[in-house]
Amino acid sequence: MILVIEQLLNGLQLGITLFLMSAGLTLIFGIMQVINLAHGSFYMIGAYVCATVAGQTGSFLLGLAVALPASAIAGMVVEFVVLRRLYKREHLDQVLATFGLIMFFNELTRIIWGRQPLYLDVPSWLSGSIELLPGLIYPVYRLAVIGVGIAVAFLLWFMFSRTRLGMQIRAGASNRDMIGALGVNIKLLYTMVFGLGTMLAGLAGVMAGPILAVESGMGESILILTFVVIVIGGIGSIRGAVVGALLVGLVDTLGRAFLPTLFRLVFNTATADAAAASISSMAIYILMAAVLVWKPKGLFPAHS
Amino acid sequence: MKPPLRKMLFISLGAVLLLILPMAASLAGESYFISFFSRVLIYAIAAVSLDLLLGYAGMISLGHAAYVGIGAYVVGIFFYHSSAMEPVFSFPFVLQGSENALLVLPLAVVASAFAALVIGALCLRTRGMHFIMITLAFAQMIYYFFVSLEKYGGDDGLSLYSRSTLPGVDLGDDVQFYYFCLFLLFGFVFLAWKLVHSRFGLVIRGGSNNQRRLQALGISSYRYQLACFVIAGAGAGLAGGLLANHTEYVSPGLMHWTLSGELMVMVLLGGLGTLFGPVLGAAVFLLLEEILAMHTEHWMVYMGPFLVIVVIFAKRGLYGLITGEGNSNG
Repeated sequence: MILVIEQLLNGLQLGITLFLMSAGLTLIFGIMQVINLAHGSFYMIGAYVCATVAGQTGSFLLGLAVALPASAIAGMVVEFVVLRRLYKREHLDQVLATFGLIMFFNELTRIIWGRQPLYLDVPSWLSGSIELLPGLIYPVYRLAVIGVGIAVAFLLWFMFSRTRLGMQIRAGASNRDMIGALGVNIKLLYTMVFGLGTMLAGLAGVMAGPILAVESGMGESILILTFVVIVIGGIGSIRGAVVGALLVGLVDTLGRAFLPTLFRLVFNTATADAAAASISSMAIYILMAAVLVWKPKGLFPAHS
Repeated sequence: MKPPLRKMLFISLGAVLLLILPMAASLAGESYFISFFSRVLIYAIAAVSLDLLLGYAGMISLGHAAYVGIGAYVVGIFFYHSSAMEPVFSFPFVLQGSENALLVLPLAVVASAFAALVIGALCLRTRGMHFIMITLAFAQMIYYFFVSLEKYGGDDGLSLYSRSTLPGVDLGDDVQFYYFCLFLLFGFVFLAWKLVHSRFGLVIRGGSNNQRRLQALGISSYRYQLACFVIAGAGAGLAGGLLANHTEYVSPGLMHWTLSGELMVMVLLGGLGTLFGPVLGAAVFLLLEEILAMHTEHWMVYMGPFLVIVVIFAKRGLYGLITGEGNSNG
C-alpha cells in the first residue's frame, strides 16, 4: 500500500512536469494554429541556464530566477525571427522549420556546454525526505515540484478566467480577425503567449533538472510525451492538458512499477519481465490509441 | 501530358549519372563513393515513399522512420535466427530464420506495410496537427518496443556479419549491391509514377486539396488515404531492409524520430510533390551532411538555420529550381 502511494506521487510528479510543458504548447497550438516541435528546446534551455547559474553561484533560486526569463526571451526571439513568418503557412512548413530549430539548439548547447551531461543539485533547503504517513518517506524536492505545479495550474486558471490578458487570449483563440479589429495588438499578444508558453517549458526544465540529467536532446523525449498529452486532452484546452498530463504521468509510472509484478502472477519470471518491459514502455501510446478510437479530437476539445 | 524538355533532360542525366557512378568511382580510385551512394539510393527510396504522403496525399507523417526500422529489423531478426539455428517462432507454425534476400526483403515490405495499416487506420481518424503528433507518437512507441526487445540487443541492436544472399548476385560486393539498390529505386519510382498518374493518384491529390468536394463526388477518401499510407510504409520497409544489408547492423536508432525529420528534409530540399525531387534531395542532404561533418563536428548548427531559410524562402525545392516546375500538386 505504501508502495502504491509512493508510485502515485511519482506519477503525479511526472504528470505535473508534463502539464507545464503541455499547457504552454497547447496554447500555442490552439491560439496560433502553429505546430511547434521546438518546444522541448526551451525546456532544455531552462534546465541548462539554471544548472549553470546555480553551479556558479550555488543558489538554486537565483538559477530559477535567471532561467525563467531566459527561456521566455529565447521563445519570444524565436517567435519574432522565425515562427511569425510561418503562421499563415502549411503545417508541413512549420514542422520542418521547427525541426531545423531543434537541430540548431541541440547542437548549440553541445558547443556551449559540451557533450557531458550537467547535474543540478537539489537545493539544500529542499533536500532530504519527510515521513508523509507512517512508513512512507518521500523526498521533499518532489513534493515541492508537485506543489509548484498545482500553484501554476491555479495561476493559469486565474489568468485566463479573471484577467484582461486572459480574456484577450481566449478571444484571440476563437476569432483572430475580430480581436484585431477591436484594437488589440494581435502580433504582440502572440509573442507574449509564445513567451509565456516557453517560460512554462523552462520552468518544467528547471524542475526536472535535479531529477534527470541536463543534456542536449533532453527536450525531445519530453516533447513526444507532451504530444501524447495534448492528443489525449485535445488541442488548445488547458483543462485537457491537466487531465491528459495526469493520466499519462500515472499510467506511465504505475505501468513501469507494477506491470512486472502483475505479469509474474501469470507467466514465468523471464517471460513476465520481457513482456512487462515492452508493454509498460508502450502503455501511454496504447492509452492514446484508445482515446483516439473513442474521441478522435481528444477528451476536451477546445472548439467543439 | 508530355513532360517538358528540361525535366526529361534532368531525369535522363540523373539516371545516366547513377548508372555510371560505380565505374567512375572505381576509375577515380574512390570506391568509398560506391558505398556512400548506395546509402543515398536507399534513403531515396524512403524519401520517395514519404513524398507520396507529404507531397501527394497531404498527410504529414512525422513517424516514417518507424517503417524503415521495422523493415530493417525483419532482415536483422531473420538473420539472427538463421545464424543461431533456431526458428523465429514455432507457434502456430514453425518459421525458420533466413538470409535469402528473396524471402527477407519481401517480408520486410509486408511487415512494414502491415504496421502502416494498423497505425494508419488509427491515425487517419484525425487530421491536421493531431495527425502529425500521433504519427510521431506511434513511431516512438515502436522505437520503445524495439528498445525493450532484450533478445535482439535492446538499445544496442543487432549485428548481421554479412549481407543477405541472392541467387546469381553477390550482395556482399559493393558494386553489385549498388546496382541492386539502383534497380529497386528505379522500380519503386516507376511504380510510384504509375500510381500518382492513375485514378488512385487523382483521388489522393484531390483529398489533399479538398476533402469535402471529394465526398460530394461520392468518394470516401479514408480508404484511399489508408492505402497510400500503407504503400508508403511498404516503400519505407524496403528501404529499411536494404539499409540493414548496407550497414550490416540494425538498432532502434533507425527509427528515432530525428530520422523521420531528416527524411522530411530530403523531400523538401528536393521538391515536394515530385518523384525525382526526393531522390535529388536525399543525395544533396547526405552529401551536405558528409561535407559539413568533414569540417566540423557541429554540422547541425549550420544545417538547422539552413533548413529554416529553405522553408521560408525556397519552397519549391531544388528540383523545382532545376526543371522550372513547382509543386505538381494540382
